[in-house]
Amino acid sequence: MVFKSKGEKAFSMVVTFCAMFIFWLLLSAWIIYIPQHYDLIEISKGIICALIVTLISHELLVSKRGERVLLKTLRLIPYLGWELWQIVLATFDVAYRVIHPKMPIDPRIIEFETTLRSDFALTTLANSITLTPGTITILVRPETGKFWVHAIAEKPADALLVDQTMQRKVAHVYMEE
Amino acid sequence: MHGLDIISTLFMAGGAFFMLTGAAGLLRFPDFYTRLHATGKCDTLGEVLIIVGCMIYQGWSFITLKLIFLTLFIFIANPVGTHAIMKAAYVTGLKPWKRGEARR
Repeated sequence: MVFKSKGEKAFSMVVTFCAMFIFWLLLSAWIIYIPQHYDLIEISKGIICALIVTLISHELLVSKRGERVLLKTLRLIPYLGWELWQIVLATFDVAYRVIHPKMPIDPRIIEFETTLRSDFALTTLANSITLTPGTITILVRPETGKFWVHAIAEKPADALLVDQTMQRKVAHVYMEE
Repeated sequence: MHGLDIISTLFMAGGAFFMLTGAAGLLRFPDFYTRLHATGKCDTLGEVLIIVGCMIYQGWSFITLKLIFLTLFIFIANPVGTHAIMKAAYVTGLKPWKRGEARR
């Protein structure tokens, strides 16, 4: 990943460091809240660990300064709730197909194109396809927004090809309609 | 037995049921791709239900927070892993099973 300026690199490093240190604080909170363990050595261990992770992986978490990140995050929350419900539906769907004596499956591979281009939007859509009923993402071509998807029956395939509810929802979240 | 214990037991039993269903699907489904459907989807909800059961059993503490993180990471890592295995199979040229063929 290529950075445009030193400022963006510093920005991504600071954001990654803060995220990693807060994560460390949350995971090791029992150390902080028991007074006799609370000292500089423990904290500095956390800072050193966060620094190491930041140096290795700051390019992965924040690639560049995004636009309207707050609005996108706010729009992501109801989407995640919907996604959670889809996971429950997906599991019941597969469980039904497994337990049914005749095994109502009719697998096929479908292809479709989307208008999405950014990494986050494509990753979200690919993960959502895998989590929703009856479909798993096989390949994604980021340049053209093309998806290859394995569907276990005709109905889940039509949900992606004809209805396109999920594509519209993801495009709304990342504002790439 | 407290009410919360019963609720957490129900959650864990549900999780165990879905894990079992996933295993049954692994045995019943005809080919590699459809088997991944069974394991990839049933395991996500099965694991999360068991973790939610643990959360209710444990009560509110910092362990709960760690379990919430665990749930989030499962939600991110499970589809990525399923997709990676499936992509590897597709790229190396494994033909998907069609309806009417013999099972592999």
